[in-house]
Amino acid sequence: MGKVLMKGNEVIAESAVHAGCKYFFGYPITPQSELVAYMARRLPEVGGLFLQAESEIAAINMVYGASSTGARVMTSSSSPGFSLKQEGISYLVGSELPAVICNIVRGGPGLGNIQPAQSDYFQVTKGGGHGDYHIPVLAPASLQEIVELIQDAFDIADRYRNPVIIMGDGMLGQMMEPVEFTERPVSELPEKNWAATGTRGDGGPKIITSLELDADGLEKRNQHLQKKFAEMKEKEVRYETYKTEDADYIIVAFGTVARIAMNAMNKARQDGVKVGLIRPISLWPFPEKPFIETRDKVNMYISVEMSAGQMVEDVRLAVNGHAPVDFFGRNGGVVPTQEEIYHKIMMIAGGIQV
Amino acid sequence: MLEEIIIAGFGGQGVMSMGQLIAYAGMLEGKGVSWLPSYGPEQRGGTANCAVVVSDEPVGSPLVTKPTTAIVLNNPSFDKFESKVRSGGLFIVNSSLVTRTADRKDITNIEIKATDLANELGNSRVANMILLGAFLEYTKIVTMDSILESLKKVLGPDKYHLIEVNKQALEKGASLLMEKTI
Repeated sequence: MGKVLMKGNEVIAESAVHAGCKYFFGYPITPQSELVAYMARRLPEVGGLFLQAESEIAAINMVYGASSTGARVMTSSSSPGFSLKQEGISYLVGSELPAVICNIVRGGPGLGNIQPAQSDYFQVTKGGGHGDYHIPVLAPASLQEIVELIQDAFDIADRYRNPVIIMGDGMLGQMMEPVEFTERPVSELPEKNWAATGTRGDGGPKIITSLELDADGLEKRNQHLQKKFAEMKEKEVRYETYKTEDADYIIVAFGTVARIAMNAMNKARQDGVKVGLIRPISLWPFPEKPFIETRDKVNMYISVEMSAGQMVEDVRLAVNGHAPVDFFGRNGGVVPTQEEIYHKIMMIAGGIQV
Repeated sequence: MLEEIIIAGFGGQGVMSMGQLIAYAGMLEGKGVSWLPSYGPEQRGGTANCAVVVSDEPVGSPLVTKPTTAIVLNNPSFDKFESKVRSGGLFIVNSSLVTRTADRKDITNIEIKATDLANELGNSRVANMILLGAFLEYTKIVTMDSILESLKKVLGPDKYHLIEVNKQALEKGASLLMEKTI
């Protein structure tokens, strides 16, 4: 269909429709309201259903219901609204229900503001809800990458019977870029013979629940979940590296910040400082391999984030003491500029005396 | 080629759609483009701006902090962006509404009484297109044909009747530079 110019939020919605998402339950909140509005218009066109819930809590539980019938279903929100969904997300994992949940992060904590941020990193990667669980988190950096990752997200969710989170920021949601909705063959996925669609004399009732009162039984269920998480850690890692082969310094950044950092990296290279960049695409599972491959060769890693320093902890774990790890970030809705990041690199590389 | 543009003015002056037109036209020409709006608790009459990047290569950062061109339509935008324009860059001012005088010597200053000229064309709302016409004539980053093609997409079928006056405004802006009357 060729390229179209769209807003990030709209691209997320259209990509979900392309991935076969038929149901959306949500509640508007800036800076992702365009996503909700787009779904309201678009889903009826494809025979789906959009429902604006009375709250985010209601929306995530509607997702639970729709997912229980085997349907592809999605919800989205931004930071404060996403916090409200945590109980429901924990229930989805406990009940082994697939769903895609989108968080277009804004400045926090609390009501904060509506400007771009990445300060929900801990919440999405370490489990914002209760219990021993993990959720694959994908962080696109461009609107074209959204198309690819939303399809991946629905496939991963179905394959493991687990929710998947898409994490963006207000900038990604609000910006426009050309995108092309590429069709790709449907992935081979296990049949949803667990879905509660009514018995037709073909077996016993299908029970979907996260409740297990017997301790040994619940431990067994947890072991089963942990096995799935281990498999995700092995198979669902995604990342990109740029110019890390000869790098003395490596910036680590994800989402839109990686693009800003890339400009700074290129400028520093022009000025003779060998800088590379690792861009985690899956924030969980966090990509360890590109760090293991580089950590005995580089002088330092610099984690650049729109937060007070959250991903930097995973960077330190991956580097595991083999090299120093520094941090540069802005938060509260302030976006780091390429000039600031460049300045940080040059200071570390000894190019600027302060 | 890498153009990093900021367009700023009051909400309702059409600064967002100017940016979208440039981005759309760039896309039609196969260039790398991005459009990023300032967004916040905005309201009609408040200040708004957008950043547009047009490049021969895929766009890196969509965030523009040191624009190659700034187009400002009101005083607050003038104050905010005059100092940000990159040395050697372009600064286009709607001098119908901006009362300040651009005095940086290391950039090209173009002052256009866009709102007055738009009124002469019979529609004060096409002041933005006069400025855009001048910008295109000066930088030539996209062709006028691509902009006119984009205009159809941005306006939508129910506003096709506005294409003519927008076209006149674009041509008016371009002619100001061709005739070097500014």
